[in-house]
Amino acid sequence: MSDRITKKIMLFFPECETESPIVYHLVKDYDLMINIFRAKVTPEEEGYLVLDITGSQENIGKAEKWLQSLGIAVNETDKGVKWNQSRCVQCGSCVPHCPTGALSIPDRLTMEIRFASDECIECLSCIKVCPYEAVASMF
Amino acid sequence: MKTVAEINEKISSGKAVVLTAEEVIDYVDRKGLEKAAREVDVVTTATFGPMCSSGCFLNFGHSKPKIRITEAWLDDVSAYSGIAAVDLYLGATQLRHNDPANLDYPGDFRFGGGHVMEKLVAGEEVQLFALSYGTDDYPRRELRTRFTIDDLNQAIMVNPRNCYQNYNVAINASDKPIYTYLGYLKPHMKNCGYSSAGQLSPLLNDPHYRTIGVGTKVWLAGAQGHVYAEGTQHSPTCERGVLGVPSEGAGTLALTGDMKKMNREFVRGVSLKGYGVSLSLGVGIPIPILDEAMLKQTTIRDRDIKAQVIDYSADYPERTGKIVGTVNYEELKSGTIELNGQKVEAGSLSSYAGARKIAAILQEEVRSGKFLLSEPIAPLPIEQSMKPMKEIG
Repeated sequence: MSDRITKKIMLFFPECETESPIVYHLVKDYDLMINIFRAKVTPEEEGYLVLDITGSQENIGKAEKWLQSLGIAVNETDKGVKWNQSRCVQCGSCVPHCPTGALSIPDRLTMEIRFASDECIECLSCIKVCPYEAVASMF
Repeated sequence: MKTVAEINEKISSGKAVVLTAEEVIDYVDRKGLEKAAREVDVVTTATFGPMCSSGCFLNFGHSKPKIRITEAWLDDVSAYSGIAAVDLYLGATQLRHNDPANLDYPGDFRFGGGHVMEKLVAGEEVQLFALSYGTDDYPRRELRTRFTIDDLNQAIMVNPRNCYQNYNVAINASDKPIYTYLGYLKPHMKNCGYSSAGQLSPLLNDPHYRTIGVGTKVWLAGAQGHVYAEGTQHSPTCERGVLGVPSEGAGTLALTGDMKKMNREFVRGVSLKGYGVSLSLGVGIPIPILDEAMLKQTTIRDRDIKAQVIDYSADYPERTGKIVGTVNYEELKSGTIELNGQKVEAGSLSSYAGARKIAAILQEEVRSGKFLLSEPIAPLPIEQSMKPMKEIG
């Protein structure tokens, strides 16, 4: 188990691929543990899936190649929730509403906001409370 | 003892010692009050948060043929036109026409007067739609055009109430969530909302309005503006603690400044879910260190500034006057306060990080001689309180 890693990724499905049982294949064929945070998969429309995948580095690599071969975009940097630092006024009204501490104030002297995308479970609580639209959902 | 004129001479010659209201605390601790008072000339204070009582007067110049505007909308946000022909007043909390507000509760309130002001300051194009009844000298009855702030003759921010000296802390003791101007409040006091820059806040560093009065020059979102009157609801007679610092709202300032010289970073439209639209504004005020007593005032620190906690689910709307408890800003800024033995998460609407940035910008402007201080031409009232509304019938 020690060589297993966890990675948060966002998948973007073009219209044509939303019929395939993607998660089934990730589990069965590549021995991955899947934790889905948020999904929007509607037939005949494009779809999004934000999830944690846990498995060996090798299997994750193979699975990502397989996904790409289906025309699915695997995005490791952009996640479903985006924090726009230039729109953020650093007030901190979001912080008590973030259940995982992805949005936090690491230094209580400067009171600046940090957003750690990997800790975000995409509950969208911050979007509801931000007065400046500094956080937004990709879908 | 120093006078403002002497301090200005030092500023002009580039020799003034200028500290922020945060830096001055340690400085005085280290040097002692007497020595520090001889050295320090100016302490810069700042705040950056939602200030609903804000707005601006705009003058468009005359159309051809002329119109005497009687109704007007800027990007579909209604502006007041009950003044001269092509003058308008746009208020920060005016909601865009056709916004469903709280019909679909809680409403999003995505765009309003504050957002139009942000667009103007950013140099973006805004649409003007205006109507009139038409007169012999002003025959035009309808007008639709686009403009930027550069096309206007004047764009003057005039804010009847900014810089609340202190503010209360909102909690929700009921069993359902509520939406307030201090944010989304979870039931059973799970979280609280506050809004003050605490030890950096202008009127907390000059609690008896000794140097801040009518005519005092202020840094208003990057422009050099000034205090034009006491702010609405200015009510200095209240409970006060360490160094005379109030633990309630207390004093307020009416501010004005040239919007053409402002920086978008500090003029920001606000959308508060379930509540409405507003404007967040950055304000900095330099305090001349006239003597030891004035310096002492600026050493106020977060742990000595108290704020009252009020239940916004019942006591606030019903005006019962009840308070749930008292906390200080050190506790609030730690992110968790304790109320009746319960841990309550604290979130701020005012940006302390933004206030720090403004205090540092103003410090640099004073140091470099760009920003000179002014003496008030009239003091703010130091004794008066706020009357509730008289309702007849």
